Amino acid sequence: MNDLSVSMSTAGAAAHAALPEAPAKVTARNLNFYYGEHHALKSINLTLGTNRVTAFIGPSGCGKSTLLRIFNRMYDLYPGQRAVGQLMLDQTNILDPKLDLNLLRARVGMVFQKPTPFPMTIYENIAFGIRLYEKISKSEMDGRVEKALRGGALWNEVKDKLNASGLSLSGGQQQRLCIARTVAVRPEVILFDEPCSALDPISTAKVEELIQELSEDYTIAIVTHNMQQAARVSDKTAFMYLGELIEFDDTSKIFTSPTDRRTQDYITGRFG
Amino acid sequence: MASEHTAKAFDSDLQELTRLVAEMGGLAERMITDSVDALVRRDVALGQRVVAADVEIDNLQRTIEERAVLTIARRQPMAIDLREIVGAMRVATDLERIGDLAKNMGKRVAALESDFHPLKLIRGLEHMTDLVQSQVKSVLDAYAAHDLPAAMNVWKSDEEVDAICTSLFRELLTYMMEDPRNISFCIHLMFCAKNIERIGDHATNIAETVFYMIEGQQILDKRPKGDMTTFATTVPGN
Repeated sequence: MNDLSVSMSTAGAAAHAALPEAPAKVTARNLNFYYGEHHALKSINLTLGTNRVTAFIGPSGCGKSTLLRIFNRMYDLYPGQRAVGQLMLDQTNILDPKLDLNLLRARVGMVFQKPTPFPMTIYENIAFGIRLYEKISKSEMDGRVEKALRGGALWNEVKDKLNASGLSLSGGQQQRLCIARTVAVRPEVILFDEPCSALDPISTAKVEELIQELSEDYTIAIVTHNMQQAARVSDKTAFMYLGELIEFDDTSKIFTSPTDRRTQDYITGRFG
Repeated sequence: MASEHTAKAFDSDLQELTRLVAEMGGLAERMITDSVDALVRRDVALGQRVVAADVEIDNLQRTIEERAVLTIARRQPMAIDLREIVGAMRVATDLERIGDLAKNMGKRVAALESDFHPLKLIRGLEHMTDLVQSQVKSVLDAYAAHDLPAAMNVWKSDEEVDAICTSLFRELLTYMMEDPRNISFCIHLMFCAKNIERIGDHATNIAETVFYMIEGQQILDKRPKGDMTTFATTVPGN
């Protein structure tokens, strides 16, 4: 009766197994990153599932934005930064020095922390990116712009002022314009680097809803400092600390009963 | 328990919740003791005091629930903190039910004023109460100390209480068949026995909550059960 060594079966396994594994879209194997001498990412192994939303959380400087910037080789713009290891986008080696970066960035789009519309009309903000990769007729372009703006959940708000400057929009609208611009070139993966940190709660809610909708067509990675946001929008969550991937699991598991003590301390606000 | 939160006020919110649950637990324990004492000694006044104490326990439950909801809204707790708060609410609900069951026994004291007062039955009831009382105390201690093995002990050892309840049940049936004048008293005592047995069940509920708080998962295993009153009859030879 007092035998406490009896192993208890629990509902947890069933509850947390709700999400089936998705086929891999992006796969990192033993991925390391250096800012000059500084070893910023240490042997990262993880997989972004196709059409899944993966959130990256962790304290400032843990390497989550660095990791995101490797996914589309943003770091290539800066000298002295290098990635070592393996990083695959389907069958493409992202780290291949001979890779066409423009094509890579068309496949892996990025939305930044601060909305960065181009200083041109709303229409041109979208059309600009499309023209870089495709030569299409005016009527076809009109269709693509509308589709992208709908994809960015912005169409109804801007359809009557497509020739107004992108900068005339509110912050939340500007961010959705940037999302529309990213969607316009039909990427496969969209990276969000703290997309809502400069937005008010209503705009944030709209962007979050948009992320959920976008996950039907795209594979999404999002870096956020807002834990509730990660819990709301993502299927998988990765917790990073001091350049290491500490825990990577279903979001429902990470936020209710994480395995690693450091994850628990971070998400419950016991760090530092 | 984990180290302190960066936001110290969060720690004091959680501590206050735990303290309120402990206060409620102490009150529930006293209500159990008093209600059975009142039955044994046929002390109607004491029975009335138990009934009155139920208001206090209800108020505490409301307070705990309000604090818990406020803390969730204010802090958006995650992981262990979230489970801690949900745990406090669940334990408070069980304690509130324990209070109701004790109150119900307190009410019955007034109805038990007959000459028929078989000592053996009363002793059985007392023994059962002692067991349940120690279950409640152990599980509340386990809750406060986050002591999983202690909670699991309570969870697994509810069988004895169930067995006594079943045997009391059979005996009461026999008394009632012997003399219909005993029926009123026996029915009341039967309800009391069942109440105590159910208090034991709430103690095991609390043990399950402790398991959830610590492990982050629900127990799926079936608890050992010994309550056979559903099947008890007095057919000769049965």
